[in-house]
Amino acid sequence: MDNFEPKIVAFCCNWCSYAGADLAGTSRIQYSPNIRVIRVMCSGRVNPLFVIKALSIGADGVLVLGCHPGDCHYIEGNYKTMRRIPLLKKMLKQLGIEEERVRLEWVSASEGAKFAEVTDGFTESVRKLGPSSLGHSKQGSKEAKHG
Amino acid sequence: MAKLKIALYWAASCGGCEIATLAIHEKILKLAEVADIVFWPVGMDFKYADVEKMADKSVDVCLFNGAIRNEENEHMAKLLRAKSKIMIAYGSCAHEGCIPGLSNFYNRQLTFDRVYIETPSTENPRKIFPQTKVKVPEGELDIPEFYDTVKTLAQTVDVDYFVPGCPPEERTTWLALEALISGKLPPKGTVISHAVKAVCDECPRKKEEKKIKKFYRPYEKMPEPERCLLEQGFLCYGVATRGGCGALCPQANMPCTGCYGPVEGVIDQGAHFLSALSSIIDSNDPEEIQKIIDDIPDPAGTLYRYSLPDSLLRRARIK
Repeated sequence: MDNFEPKIVAFCCNWCSYAGADLAGTSRIQYSPNIRVIRVMCSGRVNPLFVIKALSIGADGVLVLGCHPGDCHYIEGNYKTMRRIPLLKKMLKQLGIEEERVRLEWVSASEGAKFAEVTDGFTESVRKLGPSSLGHSKQGSKEAKHG
Repeated sequence: MAKLKIALYWAASCGGCEIATLAIHEKILKLAEVADIVFWPVGMDFKYADVEKMADKSVDVCLFNGAIRNEENEHMAKLLRAKSKIMIAYGSCAHEGCIPGLSNFYNRQLTFDRVYIETPSTENPRKIFPQTKVKVPEGELDIPEFYDTVKTLAQTVDVDYFVPGCPPEERTTWLALEALISGKLPPKGTVISHAVKAVCDECPRKKEEKKIKKFYRPYEKMPEPERCLLEQGFLCYGVATRGGCGALCPQANMPCTGCYGPVEGVIDQGAHFLSALSSIIDSNDPEEIQKIIDDIPDPAGTLYRYSLPDSLLRRARIK
């Protein structure tokens, strides 16, 4: 898989991480173009369903980016995310999806450089994992014959 | 008025739904007044050929329970769909895949290996597996093909209504039958249940603040009799489960396991409950959170106990 370019969905909270992404842009920091940013009001708004849906329709990796603990605009939305993602990862692993395909990071509005660093790092780690089996799945009801 | 013609069939199921149809007790007499049963392999002697001979759309209602697990299930689902005016996915297996759907954590090969080789009571040194066709002195025999993936009824044929539950409660069954008898049918696609939001709405237990330091499995401690089970750390699925059952399990000290499926408007019950469950963990420390999560040994099997085939992912990916 020489030319594999992972598709990455990044859910960025409006108050910190999206502003961090904005800062990376206005500061002209280069980062990998594999991510598709989706702005949400809070990382706590990211229902695990969003992550599963992104993976099921072809994302190779999903980043959830929120404010640092203690900095949430809504006081404790990011704490909920902090609790959800580990359980989600544990469940995804059971469903045969590498837990490294989902990552939670804290990026503040002043951390344009960290935004770029996280994006690059995650893109490379997903690139190493290879394409997700989900978007290109052939495991329907009758396809795989018993041998 | 001509009598309603009703067909009942079971695919991949345990038989509990068949019993649930009889659990309407004396109301069955009322049903017999207005309806004739034209096909019901569990209760009466019918052959598949009898169904094949029926005219298309000559059956008024088919109550189909069970998931689609093999070729025979699929064939009967398609046949009964063609013969029936109204197709009802009756019970959790037909509705969401239910317990048979848990085999979507495996595939056919893994299932066969387990069943025909690894089980302690099996001796199969020649590794003989079921074949769809086999030659015997009397001729060729065939058995239905076993599929890799369990599907719901709606993933196989067009379904008009769903009756939730494992099995559906008496009052839910009667709600559906009453609608059919009276002809006052809800919009197509309705999940027929009493109009309550979640199981919690009918649960009489006292609900206060939900903050969990440790999850317990039902055998690990005696629940307090009056307090919300989820608040006591039991994985009670009531918050993410459609109501209408009467919250019977929590009233008998048993946490809800989610058999009535997702609440209205939710497409993936497991993800929905995961969201609710993890956000009430009472800790802001990643290490402690991980420790609390470790108390849930099988999150995927617990969260998708009844709904893996109907979930967004539908099955586990097998390498």
